[in-house]
Amino acid sequence: MALLQITEPGLSAAPHQHRLAVGIDLGTTNSLVATVKSGAATVLPDEHGRSLLPSVVRYRDDGRTIVGFEAQAEQSRDPNNTIVSVKRFMGRGLADIQDVGRSPYRFVDAPGMVQLVTRAGHKSPVEVSADILKNLRERAEASLGGELIGAVITVPAYFDDAQRQATKDAARLAGLNVLRLLNEPTAAAIAYGLDNGAEGTYVVYDLGGGTFDVSVLALTRGVFEVLATSGDSSLGGDDFDHRIYCWILEQAGLHGLSAHDTRLLLTRAREAKEALTEHADTRITAVLADGQTIDLQLSQTTFHAISKTLIDKTLLPVRKALRDARIGAGDVKGVVMVGGATRMPQVQKAVGDFFGRPPLTNLDPDKVVALGAAIQANVLAGNKGDDEWLLLDVIPLSLGLETMGGLTEKIIPRNSTIPIARAQEFTTFKDGQTALSVHILQGERELVSDCRSLAKFVLRGIPPMVAGAARIRVTFQVDADGLLAVTAREMISGVEASIEVKPSYGLSDDEITRMLSDSIAHVADDINARKLREAMVDADSLLDALDVALASDADLLDDAERAALDEAMQALRDAIAAESTKDINACSHRLNQASEPFAARRMDRNIQRALTGKNIETL
Amino acid sequence: MTADLFSDFQQDHFALFGLPRRFALDGAALDTLWRSAAAQVHPDRFASAGDAEKRIALMAATRVNEAYQTLKSPLARARYLLRLAGIDTAEETNTSMPPAFLMAQMEWREAIEDARHGHDVDALERLSRQLRLDVRAMEDELGEALDEQHDHASAALLVRKLRFLEKLDQEIGDAIEALLF
Ligand SMILES: Nc1ncnc2c1ncn2[C@@H]1O[C@H](COP(=O)(O)OP(=O)(O)OP(=O)(O)O)[C@@H](O)[C@H]1O
Ligand SMILES: [Mg+2]
Repeated sequence: MALLQITEPGLSAAPHQHRLAVGIDLGTTNSLVATVKSGAATVLPDEHGRSLLPSVVRYRDDGRTIVGFEAQAEQSRDPNNTIVSVKRFMGRGLADIQDVGRSPYRFVDAPGMVQLVTRAGHKSPVEVSADILKNLRERAEASLGGELIGAVITVPAYFDDAQRQATKDAARLAGLNVLRLLNEPTAAAIAYGLDNGAEGTYVVYDLGGGTFDVSVLALTRGVFEVLATSGDSSLGGDDFDHRIYCWILEQAGLHGLSAHDTRLLLTRAREAKEALTEHADTRITAVLADGQTIDLQLSQTTFHAISKTLIDKTLLPVRKALRDARIGAGDVKGVVMVGGATRMPQVQKAVGDFFGRPPLTNLDPDKVVALGAAIQANVLAGNKGDDEWLLLDVIPLSLGLETMGGLTEKIIPRNSTIPIARAQEFTTFKDGQTALSVHILQGERELVSDCRSLAKFVLRGIPPMVAGAARIRVTFQVDADGLLAVTAREMISGVEASIEVKPSYGLSDDEITRMLSDSIAHVADDINARKLREAMVDADSLLDALDVALASDADLLDDAERAALDEAMQALRDAIAAESTKDINACSHRLNQASEPFAARRMDRNIQRALTGKNIETL
Repeated sequence: MTADLFSDFQQDHFALFGLPRRFALDGAALDTLWRSAAAQVHPDRFASAGDAEKRIALMAATRVNEAYQTLKSPLARARYLLRLAGIDTAEETNTSMPPAFLMAQMEWREAIEDARHGHDVDALERLSRQLRLDVRAMEDELGEALDEQHDHASAALLVRKLRFLEKLDQEIGDAIEALLF
């Protein structure tokens, strides 16, 4: 096989190849990549030994794209083409972005999601994020010495479906196989909980650069169960910078600044904010483009006063999450602080006061999310560690449909454990109506206009009937990534329509393939080679999984079924040996189909085993 | 089509967890049963398996979660028991209620409205606690009707009443949120 494999000594009895998998924290300000090596999660540094990659992308005039520290250093020189905090624009339309004037970019309103005007053309936030992810993928592959099997990418727990879908698209565009989208606070809880053997109810308070999340989790014997989550997907350290920036403008009597000066002062504001974590006051100096000098002194007291409302704003989702989890602040055993912005002493104090106990600050708030993601990636890739643990997460926002009169009907309430499916029946309201339009919404409010519109589609071909006679069942299925798929079916005629909820800006598989080929400045051969490798890796893991399944449950198959399965497995092995992408994919598909009844019976048996064991114990 | 492959998935929610088909239920036991079933079928367990197994894991995990959520909530559990007995609780269509219950509803609504206007979150929290007591009492009656008297008509009425109280609870929650956020 073309892949370089690293085996880990003594990992399992059966010599099993260690599959390279990583966890990526795609942050507003900083991104990281981590992996599990010899049983321990570690962050992979760049060639200079730095763990963090600033989430900054610059499109240079020589046609190169640079990412990270170098781009960050050049941001005030070239503000329009240096994109910072792009995560705030993921899955967002122009109308969603608060105070467009606040950032130095020129936006164009593309359907569904904004695009940024750069010298390299119009860039969607998905493409900019993909540039960051590509950098981290290359870092990981260089450091681990092989191609990655896949990655777990973290997202703010409060991200809606559109933002999650955009993140998944970005990862695929960066050439990553997404093993799972994992909620950031949940990732932190895994890293913290496994390390500390924590049991009981914990709160994760995650204030990063651009997003705020709070999750309430019950930790019981290796099960991480999210009870409720809440947050604000556009509230973070950036907003504290902005408060200081506004204070500077006011103190120095400035207005109508250029993009360059805006970026410069925002950078100074951030430096001042970070300095005030350690010091009682700090000096802010800058020379503007027109030669004017700024020289101001900012005290901690003033900073706390001008940023107090931001901190209060984080406590509202905290209350909401506690209410939804039906617990009080006193029931919480520990509050885990995550995200660089929780270093601010006034944040720690406010959280401590709220819960009546000092928060847990003994972990590195920058790294814990990436470490948790790496631990999960390792398990999902099939490199089972010793610890068997399970993650039960929830959707953050209710999902529903538009009904008569512009109202929303909730189908799946927020904080439902995923995966989950719900069906609801509707009917026609006019005689002879042959089509029904389905408008999918996310949010808590009653009016359609106050919720996020995720997708619209039309179920056509309903046989004409009198009003109210048709029975149209709309089914929502949310998978373990928190992503929604919707199907509509007229029950009498069987007419069906379905949609993978990809809002209009969502990239189709073809588009991603095209963009991938465009972006990798490789010849066609390389792309074909990559496709072959991917097909082989997938086929190998399919065969491995079936071998394991047959070793324990072969008795579920009769002789004929067994023979058919063996034959399909052999065909796939032959296709792998022949190195034909097309045949491998075809045989994999056939094997998948042939093994479906076996998989279902095994699933039955597993549930039975789990439950009968328990029944004897408990009843 | 795949659903037909599951023998156990044709079972009702109680049978799935090996629990007796009745209203009274040991919540902690249900939690444990759910977690162990979920541990077997969660898609995370099959992330590196073939597409067939992934698809089936998604269905199985969805099924297990649905069963758990239905059984966990007393209202959903009662509604489900009645459905298994072939009784439609007609919550959307049958709105006839005893006058005393409707009177009590109006008083609740007024109290919520007053608290909302007075921006009194504490009063709303108090109402919410009080409502929970009422709900608890009604759930006890429901258990009696379903498990002891096997009186489906009374049970269906209690389900409809509980649905009213659930809506009230939602209203209180919304009011609290509106004042806080
Ligand atoms: N010592 C410090 N004092 C105050 N703020 C700090 C300090 N160190 C970092 N920060 C702030 O933390 C924020 C970045 O945190 P972090 O790296 O956790 O965010 P992120 O993961 O990139 O963002 P998000 O999770 O919102 O997507 C920035 O606003 C940064 O200024
Ligand atoms: Mg973060």
